[in-house]
Amino acid sequence: MNRSRSFPKVFYASLETGAAWLLALVWVSPLVYAFWAAFHPGEYAVNFNLLAPLTLENFREALAQAPFPRYALNTFILVSTILLAQLILCTLAAYAFSRYRFRGHQVAFALVLVQLMITPEILIVENYGTLARINLIDTILGIGLPYMASAFGIFLLRQAFKSTPKELEDAARLEGCGTLGVLWRVYVPLARPTYLAYGLVSISHHWNNFLWPLIVTNSVETRPLTVGLGVFGAPESGVNWSVISAATLLSVAPLLAAFLLFQRQFVQSFMTAGIK
Amino acid sequence: MQTNTSKHIHGWLLLMPAAILLIAFTHYPTVATIVNSLFSKGTAIRPSRFVGLANFERMLDDPIFWKVLANNGWFALGTIPTSIALAIVMALFVNRSLPGRSLVRMAYFTPTILPMIAVANIWLFFYTPDIGLVDQIASGLGFSGHNWLGDPRTVLPAIMVMTIWKEAGFFMIFYLAAMQNVPPELEEASKLEGASRWYYFRRVMFPLLMPTTLFVLINAVLNSFKLVDHLFVLTKGGPDNASNLLLYYIFETAFSYFETHFAAALTVVLLLLLAAMALLQFFVLDKRVHYR
Repeated sequence: MNRSRSFPKVFYASLETGAAWLLALVWVSPLVYAFWAAFHPGEYAVNFNLLAPLTLENFREALAQAPFPRYALNTFILVSTILLAQLILCTLAAYAFSRYRFRGHQVAFALVLVQLMITPEILIVENYGTLARINLIDTILGIGLPYMASAFGIFLLRQAFKSTPKELEDAARLEGCGTLGVLWRVYVPLARPTYLAYGLVSISHHWNNFLWPLIVTNSVETRPLTVGLGVFGAPESGVNWSVISAATLLSVAPLLAAFLLFQRQFVQSFMTAGIK
Repeated sequence: MQTNTSKHIHGWLLLMPAAILLIAFTHYPTVATIVNSLFSKGTAIRPSRFVGLANFERMLDDPIFWKVLANNGWFALGTIPTSIALAIVMALFVNRSLPGRSLVRMAYFTPTILPMIAVANIWLFFYTPDIGLVDQIASGLGFSGHNWLGDPRTVLPAIMVMTIWKEAGFFMIFYLAAMQNVPPELEEASKLEGASRWYYFRRVMFPLLMPTTLFVLINAVLNSFKLVDHLFVLTKGGPDNASNLLLYYIFETAFSYFETHFAAALTVVLLLLLAAMALLQFFVLDKRVHYR
C-alpha cells in the first residue's frame, strides 16, 4: 500500500526534475553555442565534432579588427561615472523626500516619478538637441548625463531611509551631527543592502544600454562595448560567425563573469529592486 | 531644532542637483517634444513655422506608422503571455527542492544579464538562411531552408522567440520572490485536504501571484515599447517594415531622414501610450495593496 502510493510520487517528482533540467539546457544552449563557435575554427561553426580543435584565433581576429579593450575601458568609465553620480544625487534627493516636509514635496515627488515611465531613451530627439547645445555630443559624460538623476534610485533609497528609526537621527543630532553628517553616519550605512541592490541593477543596465550611446557617440574614444559590438556585427561588414561570436563573448565577458561569481547577490538585487 | 524656513530650504537644496538634471532631460524634453510636434520642418529658405496638427494628420495618413503600431501590438501579444507562463513554470521548478537547483536557476536567469545587442548577434546566426543553425537542424529533419528574417511572415515571430528567451528568466525572479512569501501552511493544508498540486496551484498559488502578474505585465508592456536594440543587428526594421517598431521608426525618422518635427509627433504618440500605462499601473498598484 505504502509503496504503491509513493511510486507515482517519485515518478512525477523525477519527471519534474527532468523537465526543469531540460528547460535549463534549452535555455543555456544559445550561449553554449556562442562559446562553441568562438573557440573553434570557422569550419566547425555548425559541425559539432567533439574532437574539433580548440583555437583562440577568433579572439585574435576580433581584437585585430576592433579595439575591444578600448571599448571596455569606455564602458567601465561610463558605468562607474553614472553609478557614482547616481549614488550621490539620489541619496541627497531621497533624504530630502524621506525626512523633509518641505513646501511642494508631494508635487516634486510626483514629478520625479514621471521618469520611471518616460526614460531618457524615449526622448532621444530632444535630448540629442540638448547635448548638442552644451557641446557634449561624442563624450562619455554626454552618454551618462541623462541617467544620473535616477527616479528609480530616489524611490528605492527613499523607502530605505523611511524605514530608518527617527530616534537614531535625533541621537546623532544631539551628538552634534549636521544635516549631511546625519545622512552620512546614520542613513547611508543602514541602507547598505539597498545601495548594493541598486548598484548591481544600475551597472547591468548601463553596461547593456545601446540606443542612446549609439546616438551620442561616433568615435572609438567614446564608444561603449555594446555600440562597438553593434558596429562590428553589422551583416554587411562580412566578418565570419566564429569571429562575431568571439567578439560577442569579449563584450559580455566582464559582466557575465561578475554575474557567475556573485550570482546570489545579482538575483537577490533584482528581487529587492523589483518588489519595492 | 530646526526652524521651519530652514527646513524648506534644506529640503530644496538637497533635491536641487537631481531636480536640475531631471528637468533638463525628462521634463523639458517632454514639453519640447509636444511643442515641436506642432511645427514644420525648417529649411535654409523656409524657417520652421507653426502648423498646428499637420504633422499628426500626416502621421495618420502614413501607412508605416500604422504598420509599426500594429507590430508593437503583435510583438507585445506574442511575447508577453508566453514569457509570463514560462516564468511561472521556471519559478515553480526552482522554488522546490531540486538537484542542482542553483545551476538551473542560473541557466534561466543568464540571458537576462546579456545585452540585447549581443543576444541579437548570437541569434542572427541561428536564423541565417541555409547555413544558420535553425536551417541546419531543419534540413537534418528533412525540411527545406527558409529565410527566417527575410520573410515578412516569419520575421516578427522569429524575433519574438528570441525576446521570450531573453525575458522569461527576468520575470521568473519576481515570481520566485512572490512564491517565497506564500506561507507554506497553505500547501500543507491543501495536501491534507487531498487537493492535487494542479488544484493547489490554480486555486491558491495563482490567485496569490496575481499582484505579481499585474506588475510584471505592465513592466513587460513598457519594455516592449522601449526595447528596439535587436533591430539594429537583426533586420533594421525590414523587410518592408515587417519587423519595425515605434521607437525604431522614431530613430529612423529623426536620425536617418532628419525629420525631427515628424519624429516629435511620433514621440508624442509613444508618450501617450506610456502615460496610459502609467495610469493603469497607478490603479493596479492600488489593488496590490489589498493582497498584502
